[in-house]
Amino acid sequence: MQSEVKKVLSGDVRTVARLIRDIDDKVPEVREVLKALYPYTGKAYVIGVTGAPGVGKSTLVDQMVAHLRKEGKTVGVLAVDPTSPFSGGAILGDRIRMQRHSLDDGVFIRSLATRGHFGGLTQSTRSAIDVLDAMGKDYIIVETVGVGQDEVDVVRSAQTTIILVIPGMGDDIQAIKAGILEVGDIFVVNKADREGSDKTVHELKLMLDMSQEKYEEGRWKPPVLKMEAVFDRGVKELLEEIEKHRMYLAEKSGGTSFRKTRERIREELSEMVKNRTIEEVFEKLIQSGEFEKAVNSIRAGETDPYTACEDLVIPKLNLAEEHGRKR
Amino acid sequence: MSLTYNRKIMDEIREAYRAWGKALDEAFAVRPERLKRFSTVSDQEIKRIYTPQDVANQDFIRDIGFPGQYPFTRGVQPSMYRGRLWTMRMFAGLGSAKDTNRRFHLLVKEGETGLSVAFDMPTLMGYDTFSPRARGECGKCGVAIDTLKDMEDLFEGLPIDKITTSMTINPPAPVIWAMYIAMAEKRGVKREALGGTIQNDMLKEFIAQKTFMCPPKPSLRLITDTVEFGTEQVPKWNTISISGYHIREAGSTAVQELAFTLADGIAYTEAAIERGLDVDRFAPRFSFFFNSHMDFFEEVAKFRAARRMWAKIMKERFKAKNPRSWWMRFHTQTAGCSLTAQQPYNNIVRTALEALAAVLGGTQSLHTNSLDEVLALPSEEAATIALRTQQIIAEESGVANTIDPLGGSFFVEALTDRMEEEAFEIIKKIDDMGGMLAAVEKSYPQKEIADSAYRYQKQIDENEKVVVGVNKYITEETLPVEILEINEALEKYQIEKTEKIKNERDNKKVAECLERLGEACVGSKNVMEPIIDAVKEYATLQEVCDVFRRVFGEYRDPGIY
Amino acid sequence: MKDRKLRVMVAKPGLDGHDRGARVIARAFRDAGFEVVYTGLHQTPEEIVQAAIQEDVDMIGLSSLAGAHIYLFRRVVELLREKGIDDIVVCGGGIIPEEDIPKLKKIGIREIFTPGTKLEDIVQWVKENVKPRIEGVKCKVK
Repeated sequence: MQSEVKKVLSGDVRTVARLIRDIDDKVPEVREVLKALYPYTGKAYVIGVTGAPGVGKSTLVDQMVAHLRKEGKTVGVLAVDPTSPFSGGAILGDRIRMQRHSLDDGVFIRSLATRGHFGGLTQSTRSAIDVLDAMGKDYIIVETVGVGQDEVDVVRSAQTTIILVIPGMGDDIQAIKAGILEVGDIFVVNKADREGSDKTVHELKLMLDMSQEKYEEGRWKPPVLKMEAVFDRGVKELLEEIEKHRMYLAEKSGGTSFRKTRERIREELSEMVKNRTIEEVFEKLIQSGEFEKAVNSIRAGETDPYTACEDLVIPKLNLAEEHGRKR
Repeated sequence: MSLTYNRKIMDEIREAYRAWGKALDEAFAVRPERLKRFSTVSDQEIKRIYTPQDVANQDFIRDIGFPGQYPFTRGVQPSMYRGRLWTMRMFAGLGSAKDTNRRFHLLVKEGETGLSVAFDMPTLMGYDTFSPRARGECGKCGVAIDTLKDMEDLFEGLPIDKITTSMTINPPAPVIWAMYIAMAEKRGVKREALGGTIQNDMLKEFIAQKTFMCPPKPSLRLITDTVEFGTEQVPKWNTISISGYHIREAGSTAVQELAFTLADGIAYTEAAIERGLDVDRFAPRFSFFFNSHMDFFEEVAKFRAARRMWAKIMKERFKAKNPRSWWMRFHTQTAGCSLTAQQPYNNIVRTALEALAAVLGGTQSLHTNSLDEVLALPSEEAATIALRTQQIIAEESGVANTIDPLGGSFFVEALTDRMEEEAFEIIKKIDDMGGMLAAVEKSYPQKEIADSAYRYQKQIDENEKVVVGVNKYITEETLPVEILEINEALEKYQIEKTEKIKNERDNKKVAECLERLGEACVGSKNVMEPIIDAVKEYATLQEVCDVFRRVFGEYRDPGIY
Repeated sequence: MKDRKLRVMVAKPGLDGHDRGARVIARAFRDAGFEVVYTGLHQTPEEIVQAAIQEDVDMIGLSSLAGAHIYLFRRVVELLREKGIDDIVVCGGGIIPEEDIPKLKKIGIREIFTPGTKLEDIVQWVKENVKPRIEGVKCKVK
């Protein structure tokens, strides 16, 4: 067996860290390692924690790690922060709030930047999850900023998704995209000592009830919890709910690991295929300059975007014959 | 009633101003203005000239008045420097208690009139020298204090019944103060006779200086305990030195320094009132601590605005009746962050200008930085020059001949008004957030400061702001500066010293005292007496602080950038 | 494969609480396109090194303004060496007297940035002297 694969399976921190970096940087050789590691994945339980900046995600994750460690479980944490669209750089500061675990061998904390582009969060994070899974971590917590598409992406990678809000978001709760309400498995109102926390809980419950009228018997009903993460109040209850959700999922899938269900595999493969296609086709077109040439052509009035698109893509896909295209 | 100028005169002034403006336009058409923008260090834009028009709405009695009269713009005591010069209080601390004691004696001999103690990082954070977290840090940025014995060595031979002592200590302030009180009592000096200050301002720690121990709420409780204790038993002691110095050093603007400091003061006042204390009993012992930075007039205006603002806050917001409650008494330190490592002798000039601004701003006491502080702790020679700087200002410059000499300057009065207005706006924002404690928990001041710091650095990097020797007038060769070095052997010596004390003391009594302290912390008994009992038995600083940590929890840096 | 992004760590070892410079530099690094792992205050050398390994950084920047730089910086370098790590560049900044700089360089600190250094000069130095790993994790099928 490849020595790197062996190292990952044995939990070698440096190898895992470097592998995650290679995944992030899209080193082609990485695929071979991921292929070799795949059979060893599917054991870890993945929890997603998402919410707007400042709601206390990192503090919550820190407490969750503490509780899980007390139970003797090992944990991997992926903390995702946005890449600056202007500079391409990022300040990754989530681990500051979890630093007390940095010397604990049972915890692996890794900061990732979204890197903005095509499938950035989804693909790298997924593969990183697989690596931490193969490494042997019992739980993997993925922390992301809840802005835009990212929250929904987290859900696809996680078994249980926790949506974190704080009181005083008031009418903003109304503005929370409907998408979030559907993807959250557990809702937590953090900083519950602040004014308005009961109101926020109440509003959330109402909104959840409204959007879930279609719920049949036996469907998971997302609970709304109150919490003061910084004082470690409510964290135990959250972990209990996660356990409940875990059992619910296990029942639903008849014992198959969630990540190996048909639904999940289909979803994962389609993301991968999409990303790979974009890589192979689109990015190659950019690198070869054909794309820019097409832009110039359109500008010069020599062609239109629809035609240019076909001219660029179809040959790459060897679909010329099916389309009966004339050139 | 408006300042001095009636309608007719104001019209004449306006005419003359316009004519001048025209002449200026003609001159600048030929040769453009010197800079694109004229602004202070804090980026406040400054006009070309200030005239009575800029202070047209001022009322002399209401806004400026006389020293010792509300709103104290010109000074808190009626006589100011005519009665007594500001206290020359040089912040000092290095190595062991004995080393620092030597430095104290030197400074007193050279003419300083108040003591000020700088502690090392382990002490500031409530750790003993033997703690693994203290490795490499003993005595490096101040004096190492582990037990009462160190405190006794620190003040050996110094007249603590006649001279006041200021101690820059925050999370462990109750403990260090307890040691000072215990040391004094051992020498026969009663609590009622002790004069001095403990910094004891945790809110600004969370915002700026970042020596942490316990979370904000329990920190505030401990502070309120000291205020209560001081009000009742150590009446000549300033229980808090509400500080803006560090906020400014962390990168805030002058207006932010002003606003955040006063907002902290408001928070402490509210906490004490909530405890049931009478504002007119504790407020007179609140003191303040400001930075004096390079922009001369901005600083002078800031100090005057501070006095006026606090007076208004105390009288109108807290309804204090005792005029002494309305007094803002403050200590000033010249800006450490304005000093350069390049061409360090220039720093003497910087410190002199900053000190002058503090004096013209009416400070009650002053510390002047040494030229080598960008490189290491001050050497004896450098500290002496810094002290002489104050003495020269006091004796030779004549600025102390009259009270508030800059009062009435159109520029200074206009700037004072403006800074007061802008600072009150920030305070209102903080009030709307629920007060300073809430604002700190929301990271509002921390973010503001980080933004200001970044902006300022960019301005320097882009040569928009000039720092002589750094981005202009750069020289390659350097004049040598002798650097003070702390003996590496000190750490071992200090650990052994404390170890010996721990072996020779009555450990059973120490354990009992710490137990009682724990109970006081859990309950609502004032912690000061139990702490004093514990330190008298030679409990160490960390042993006491560990009780706080155990009961109240520890606070870790949330890392706002 | 695209160019690797540079990952740098900005760390505050010891009890020193002066973080103005560290935070300003973190922002400058971000604006220069690096991924910056900021550790926050009061880190022990052990915590810094462990974080550096988990984050696979190319450089550790240590900031010290309270005089304990010799001990703390040396400890970080020692720990890296003990763990057999030789491809992380360590540099430092803060209140560090000129005469300590040769000592620190001898210990293994690649460069020291004293007060007054322009942000862009530091960024430039990093771009020229710190390169991300070229090779990926080796994984040839045997």
